[in-house]
Amino acid sequence: MKSLMQRALNLAQLQGAEYADIRVVHNRTESLVVKNGVVDALNFNESIGFGVRVLVDGAWGFASSRELTEAEVDTQTALAVEIAHASALVKNGRVNLGPPVTSQGVYHTPLKVDPFTISLDQKLQVLLQADAEMSRVAGVRVRRGNLTFIQEHKWFANTEGAFTEQTIVETGGGLQATAVGDGEVQVRSFPTSFGRQQVTAGWEMVEKWDFPGNAYRVANEAAALLKADPCPSEITTTLILGGDQVALQIHESCGHPTELDRVFGSEAAYAGTSFLTPDKLNTFQYGSPVVNITADSLRPLGLGTFGWDDEGVPAQSTPLVKEGVFVGYLMSRETAAQLDRASNGCMRASGWNRIPIVRMTNVSLEPGEWRLEDLIADTDEGIYMETNRSWSIDDKRYNFQFGTEIGYEIKNGKLGRMLRNPTYTGFTPQFWNSCDAVCGGKDWQMWGTPNCGKGQPGQVAHTGHGAAPARFRNIRVGVLKAP
Amino acid sequence: MFGEEEARKLIDKVFKRGGCQSVEILLLSNDQSLTRFANNTIHQNVAERDADLIVRCFIGKRMGIASTNRFDETALDEVIARARENAAASPEDPYYPGLPEPADYQTVRPYDQATASYPPKSRAEAIGIVCRLAAEKGLNASGAFSTGRSEVVIANSLGVFAYHAATSADFQTVVMSADSSGRAHASAWKAADIDAEALGSEAVQKAELSRNPRAVPPGEYTVVLDPYVTEDLLHMLNFHGMGAQAVFEGRSWMNDRLGQKAMSAEVSIWDDGLDLTGLPMPFDYEGVPRQRVEIVSQGVVQGPVYDRYTAARMGKVSTGHALPPTARGFGPIAANLFMAPGIATLEEMIRSTRKGLHITRFWYTRLVHPRDCVITGMTRDGVFLIENGELAYPVKNLRFTQSYVEALNHVEMVGKETRLLASEFGGMAVRVPALKLSAFNFTGATV
Repeated sequence: MKSLMQRALNLAQLQGAEYADIRVVHNRTESLVVKNGVVDALNFNESIGFGVRVLVDGAWGFASSRELTEAEVDTQTALAVEIAHASALVKNGRVNLGPPVTSQGVYHTPLKVDPFTISLDQKLQVLLQADAEMSRVAGVRVRRGNLTFIQEHKWFANTEGAFTEQTIVETGGGLQATAVGDGEVQVRSFPTSFGRQQVTAGWEMVEKWDFPGNAYRVANEAAALLKADPCPSEITTTLILGGDQVALQIHESCGHPTELDRVFGSEAAYAGTSFLTPDKLNTFQYGSPVVNITADSLRPLGLGTFGWDDEGVPAQSTPLVKEGVFVGYLMSRETAAQLDRASNGCMRASGWNRIPIVRMTNVSLEPGEWRLEDLIADTDEGIYMETNRSWSIDDKRYNFQFGTEIGYEIKNGKLGRMLRNPTYTGFTPQFWNSCDAVCGGKDWQMWGTPNCGKGQPGQVAHTGHGAAPARFRNIRVGVLKAP
Repeated sequence: MFGEEEARKLIDKVFKRGGCQSVEILLLSNDQSLTRFANNTIHQNVAERDADLIVRCFIGKRMGIASTNRFDETALDEVIARARENAAASPEDPYYPGLPEPADYQTVRPYDQATASYPPKSRAEAIGIVCRLAAEKGLNASGAFSTGRSEVVIANSLGVFAYHAATSADFQTVVMSADSSGRAHASAWKAADIDAEALGSEAVQKAELSRNPRAVPPGEYTVVLDPYVTEDLLHMLNFHGMGAQAVFEGRSWMNDRLGQKAMSAEVSIWDDGLDLTGLPMPFDYEGVPRQRVEIVSQGVVQGPVYDRYTAARMGKVSTGHALPPTARGFGPIAANLFMAPGIATLEEMIRSTRKGLHITRFWYTRLVHPRDCVITGMTRDGVFLIENGELAYPVKNLRFTQSYVEALNHVEMVGKETRLLASEFGGMAVRVPALKLSAFNFTGATV
């Protein structure tokens, strides 16, 4: 492998590249889906290939192929150089990558039980047992359970002397119950929505999640939501969000706006830009003093946990928001150099056939002192919401509107009646400045977002978000009018 | 790219390995390039050459799937063995309808050799035109120009063999100032049909017109929608209810509306995988010929599209809208949607509006509630207040929360020109006109 990679780097330099790197990625994904008692999918997918990125005349070119042969490496390297020459036809300046990267080493996701050593039968039994539990609840039209296991083996080398080899293992799974009745559709998920919770770990996490043990409760909640009262419409109240919804809130309203490529306009036509412009660094009150947000690719279990990013920059921890003040960005070598900073290792590609772009690693809300039960007891009136159902935010990451699967009224420090179709809306800095309490301890956990879209051609990144329930004051709740 | 003959040889190698009672093999090949620009500079420029072999193995009513992009003899052994292993581990699916028999396919060839071999220099030159137009006005252009070719080959052990090759081109640009922006987008299967200068001019004009926007309060407005907005209406209605699986599971906007008039009589929507004015493909990923399907006719909801599985469950016949096996969890989907044009021009729609908003783009639209297809999202890249039949001034972006079914019930006028727009999800496209709606509900604003 190393000689093939070195061949590409040598050839790129011979053809005029001032910098080149190559990644070889071998991805194996196993996914199992059980739906209404039937195996809906039992798939094993394998993808391998390489991508060569070159800098010629101060402009980028990239070419990639599934064929790992010397001839194809030569062809694609030459194509990358040709593409870079074309890029140079429309440029305003030269790319500056800042200091060289010379990382060396091997990384493997720490895990107790390799999920690929567990039999298909054992995996299916988990899902079939959970399905049987959900089937005990009347009114649930669709029962779905899934498991996903990913092993990504990747090698990186650049013309500055870096060579790294990594094996990242991810384990994911989830349950979803859809109840239908009287023109209403309600969904309840576990551990979180949009398919699954996912972490960098092994089979031990599937045992911890205990899908059969949670299935009946999840299905019951879906059925109960059909008859629950609608969330009050267009009121302003205190909002307590469950940890998984806080994770989504961090992802959309802190993670994306701190991506420095967005700030510089690289995503303007597609994913959008950001309100967090460099003039706000170290001065802008992004949130209240209890809000501390960190990008940390060293944290256990996170989907953004690795040895090195896809430019060979070592994993590290960087504060983004410190005691409410905006202090940092997610950066690549090129974007960091534009601020006279060094990359904090946030360049990630979704596979061998994509260039790395600035992505979240594990962007987490640091734990506070509260416990959820104490936080609810401390709240006279408000609404508790958990598990995302709908999310939309403007192109500067400012105005947002989110909906969750379930809500509960809070009255005199206690959870009251269940509420269906809860939604809330706000503006990012006002929202985080209204945060007056963050939970910690057992309420804080690492959530996985395995479906983050960005870039053209599209890339789906896997990001991590440590989060716990948190309380927000004076939030506009209930955008959806009750039928 | 394989070509039909090489593809057949590769697929025959898999068939010969045997071990399944019946087997389906799908070969997807892609050779794609994309040049991306921002701040009037090309900043990302990529090419990709990939192919996937997806094997569905059946043992009785047990099914297993495996795929690989390695095609050496060992890899082919492994992929069929893995698919067989997965089938053996699966319990029987009593609803499995079996593989389709061979069928006749209509010849549709959306393939252009010049587009297939479109060089990076030509993409850069087209982008250079847009960047120059923007720079001349002190604006920043960004966007992407992609070109490529692809193959879909489907074969099964009952004798189905279908081959389709296509080319594609897509150009999108957003041109921005500090407080304004404008967008243009076009898709085609011939790169020569992409007029970069016209697209650049369109985006520049909108960016110029939308400078110094003023705030208007949220509320209900009459709206005139560019085709880019109509595209979003159709995509969301498609993803959340035009497929039979959503209807079967009771979560489609079609549930309780089948056969009823739910939209304006001005609205007719159909799917046609054979129409060369779209991005056609004559069969689906099971090898079933695509049928033209009327989705909504003069406002009356006709029905969803089917694959073999949903058709069997619902006592229907597949309309040829299956996705690849690796995406079958989504159920069937309409891939070539058309909305019937009307007789109005965009100017006539604006002129006929006493007070309303001209919306050029929706963005980040998400489902809030399924049965009425209630969607929230933002406006973006140019919104204008219409007063007494004229664009009065640009306005700041608004958030909406609106049933798309109800919105299409408020259609008053339909544009006579349509635009072909490819989805970011590969292989899907719509051809749509501009619309005038008597009411649309805006629920918030941004700065």
